[in-house]
Amino acid sequence: MGLGSLLMLIICGLAFAGGGIVLSNVLSRKSSNLQKGQAYECGVPTIGKSWVQFNVGYYLFALLFLIFDVELVFLYPWAVVVKEVGLPALIEIVIFLFILFLGFLYAHKKGALKWM
Amino acid sequence: MLTTLTELTIVGILILTLFAVLGLVLVFMERKVSAYMQIRLGPNRVGYKGIAQTLADTIKLVVKEGLTPNGADKFLFNLAPFIVMFGAMLLMAPIPFARNSQIWDLNIGVLYITAVSSISVIGILMAGWSSNNKYSLLGAMRSGAQIVSYELSAGLAIISIVVLTGSLKISEIIASQETGWWIFRGHIPVLISFVIFIIAVTAETNRAPFDMAEAESELTAGFHTEYSGMRFALFFLAEYVNIFIVCAIGATLFLGGWMPFHIGNWAGFNHLMDFIPSSIWFFGKTFFLIFVIMWFRWTFPRLRIDQLLNLEWKYLLPIGMFNLLLMTIIAIMGWYF
Repeated sequence: MGLGSLLMLIICGLAFAGGGIVLSNVLSRKSSNLQKGQAYECGVPTIGKSWVQFNVGYYLFALLFLIFDVELVFLYPWAVVVKEVGLPALIEIVIFLFILFLGFLYAHKKGALKWM
Repeated sequence: MLTTLTELTIVGILILTLFAVLGLVLVFMERKVSAYMQIRLGPNRVGYKGIAQTLADTIKLVVKEGLTPNGADKFLFNLAPFIVMFGAMLLMAPIPFARNSQIWDLNIGVLYITAVSSISVIGILMAGWSSNNKYSLLGAMRSGAQIVSYELSAGLAIISIVVLTGSLKISEIIASQETGWWIFRGHIPVLISFVIFIIAVTAETNRAPFDMAEAESELTAGFHTEYSGMRFALFFLAEYVNIFIVCAIGATLFLGGWMPFHIGNWAGFNHLMDFIPSSIWFFGKTFFLIFVIMWFRWTFPRLRIDQLLNLEWKYLLPIGMFNLLLMTIIAIMGWYF
């Protein structure tokens, strides 16, 4: 049905989420309380802000993900034609994955995959 | 123009109904499956054998007050459930529910699925960060690292099927399984891909044993700690719908989608199998996979975050890459059945 269907699905999502929230706003009873708006940290008063500098470990994994995800995008067009092209496609992908694997080993050696 | 508009409206209403029904059925199924695995009854008061329990829960969630914490980033806090919902909605487009019933059979269907399925992680990170709560932030960060990591393995498993079929179009992938599903025809590499795929999607949907993002005993509720009422319900619903979607994709790629169980050219047997409607085949396979994922939850203990990332980067990803090479050899040599 083409792009129209995607637009339809987005409108559906908007209707479902928006409609639900509006409905619950209409139906729910509201009360105000001094402590109600505080962050829920199991009863202990919050110390400081939550928007702080964060563990770099996650950042390294995000970078690695980016590299391998681009690799995956390169694999898609290859995967479609591999049966027609035959042996040359296999040789090329072996070289491609080998180079990638070297990079992977490098990251491993540097300790990027180790959790800190 | 007008007919397309009516068509789209009807499909839209059907999809909304499907969402609501899926939410109700899957939550009820989860609770019942968990209950029977632990030898207890589960919900059994509201309606016959507790069938109306989720409906009652939904009504409860709708009439609850939706709180926004004082310190939160209000705009992003309210936007996050919408993003997660859009992700789940857009993924419905290429799902083949039955013979000839697919919303949009686009020629890069598989690529579309992998692309759109990474939208929801933005919503999760947004929710966790904007809550201004340490549990939420930690949960969202873990969830983000986990989802992006396991996306790679899922992608490699999906590509190994694309190598066999030579097409990214969902309908062509299903048509290629007319003489038998890939899981039976593709030898051991397909089985390995299937196992990797199931592990990866379990992690991607934040299910136990990979539910680091919302490990109740340490992070309260993870990224949606601060959400209440309807906004929480939206996250919850999107989570269950995502389980359905990934299982539907798994069923389509490995178990033939709506294709009945066919064996080579046994015309009589194949004809007999065709009498079972294609939608029953599709939903049967999908719900079987959903059951398997629920089964995992009560079988394996939760992994620690470093174990989780180790499993992906040191085991699944290298195995997946090697498996892809094996699959290429099998596809080129024509060694599959």
